[in-house]
Amino acid sequence: MKIRRRKAHSFPKIPVRTIVIHAIAWGIGLLWLIPFLGVFMTAIRPVPEILNGWWVTNPFHPTLQNFQTAFSDPITPMWRGLLNSFMVAIPSTFIPILVASLGAYGFARFRFPMRDYLFLVIVLFMAVPQQMVAIPIFLTMINAGLWDNFFGIILVHTAWALPWILLFMRNFFQTLPLEVEEAARVDGASDFRIFYKIVLPMSLPALAAVAVLQFMWVWNDFFFAKVLLFSTQNLVATQLVPLLSEAGPFHKDQGILSAASITVMIVPILVFALLQRYYIRGMIGWTIKG
Amino acid sequence: MSPLRGGGRRSLAFSYRPYLRVLFFVPATVLLVFLVLYPALQTLLLSFYTPSGQFAGLNNYGSVLGNRETIDTSDWQMPYGTLINNCLWIAIHLPLTLFTGLYLALTLQKVRGASIIKSMIFLGRVTPMIVGGIILTFLFDEKSGIVPRLFGLLGINSLAIQWTQYPETLLFGLIFGSVWLWVGFSLIAYSAGLTTIPRDYFEAAQMDGASPWQTFRRITWPLLRQTTLTVVTMTILWELKIFDIIFAATNPNGGVGGAADVLALQMFRYAFRAGNYNAAAVVATLLTGLTLLVSAWMFRRIIIGPQRKGRRVRKLVLQFWTRVWTRIKPHRTVPQA
Repeated sequence: MKIRRRKAHSFPKIPVRTIVIHAIAWGIGLLWLIPFLGVFMTAIRPVPEILNGWWVTNPFHPTLQNFQTAFSDPITPMWRGLLNSFMVAIPSTFIPILVASLGAYGFARFRFPMRDYLFLVIVLFMAVPQQMVAIPIFLTMINAGLWDNFFGIILVHTAWALPWILLFMRNFFQTLPLEVEEAARVDGASDFRIFYKIVLPMSLPALAAVAVLQFMWVWNDFFFAKVLLFSTQNLVATQLVPLLSEAGPFHKDQGILSAASITVMIVPILVFALLQRYYIRGMIGWTIKG
Repeated sequence: MSPLRGGGRRSLAFSYRPYLRVLFFVPATVLLVFLVLYPALQTLLLSFYTPSGQFAGLNNYGSVLGNRETIDTSDWQMPYGTLINNCLWIAIHLPLTLFTGLYLALTLQKVRGASIIKSMIFLGRVTPMIVGGIILTFLFDEKSGIVPRLFGLLGINSLAIQWTQYPETLLFGLIFGSVWLWVGFSLIAYSAGLTTIPRDYFEAAQMDGASPWQTFRRITWPLLRQTTLTVVTMTILWELKIFDIIFAATNPNGGVGGAADVLALQMFRYAFRAGNYNAAAVVATLLTGLTLLVSAWMFRRIIIGPQRKGRRVRKLVLQFWTRVWTRIKPHRTVPQA
């Protein structure tokens, strides 16, 4: 029988191989950044300079002119879009977290008939596309006077976020130790008291993960905003970007469009950069928000 | 552990005023019923009625499915229709993102600064998809876009064009471009999945002289099954619901001749441009049917699957270990010649 001899030099690894892997990995990483770099370069330069590609740097005059134009647009200034986005996204982050945490605690701790089936149905709502509810919500909101109104869209975002936050928080609550809550109950605390005083403070990391994901989801949303917000002073930031490109299909001002794009995406990117830990944790905990 | 199991054992046993517990569910239930369930059922109903309010049975479905905007296989020429475009999206985009993400996750295990690279790749997932669509149009611009210019440099002049103005390049450009936007997701998911596999398995495989491919095929891939399942489901759902990218990169008609049209965009156009709520409801219902099918499949797998699958994987790992063990032993006893 032939004895297969183990290669003596397999440890430590051959440096060349390591170098190649590093080169490939960093190369791919940088490759992924190129489109962003392109938008950035387009945004900070006058349009004539980038007509033959943003990588041509022979005349290179960085300027904030494009941002200024996008922000001082007479009809749809970017600053108002940003402001509106914040006014929609912040309540649409915190209200559903409160509502869904309450329900999720109930699903995690209380026993009642059909509980798991009911929960399964709610979780299946996660898969329903926004298009399925758009028409009735649009008509209802018009009738209720909440169309083209932040209150209306916040309500819709709140309801829309409930299934996934319910699922996420229920799974989290189930991992919490029961003993603390039982001890509090023996001391005479009510269900609500236990929830607010004990369970919620213990859940802060999970709540942070949910908040980051939900904020980004609402900020990046376009469809509900398109259906529910109409007048120019109510448009959110994501709506302004295609509006700028709709000016004429063959005559888009790439500079202004780039500046607007960067303005819109800088907020979720900053949130991601600062709260990456929570974001990844939230995304991985199998409820994955698309 | 399955997320939908194990609830019953951990319930609080006793409450003084159990009827107050209903209040925990009231706000969520009210919102879900009035803003999700009821509108969804209304849309379903709408799809069975004519605009004048008469019951139409399945006529609306017939006319939407028979419409060339939905399925156009008459000549196998470029606008294929929304339903087929969505399927194309799944057929091309899903394997590409899945395997690129998996490959990167495996490669990055051995790379310094992997977390930075992951964040760089993940940026596409953080960006609003509407901006993603705009960036894609920039990439495909004839003069200032990097993709046509690169093809021009390579001498492939048929691709050195304004990609958004030709049906083929528009559709496939957007599909390939959205790989760039979505890979971060499968990369992060697989990276997390890889950390759950015990190091010992790989060490044992290495001791046994398994090739990298064998290690991947016999250990990594089977143990990443759950991750793969999640990534596949989430990616298909995303591909079915895709809207923003196409809206931003083209127009409400889905670009030149509707080449990049998809179901979600078709629904939007029918409802809010043409004002035909019934046809739009049909498209929405079809879309929902597809997404529910996919997620029902995943839930079945998650609820019923993991135990059986887990046992199979464990058995496989055990088999592997015994094989490794029986092979290591003779090596040790045989004196080196």
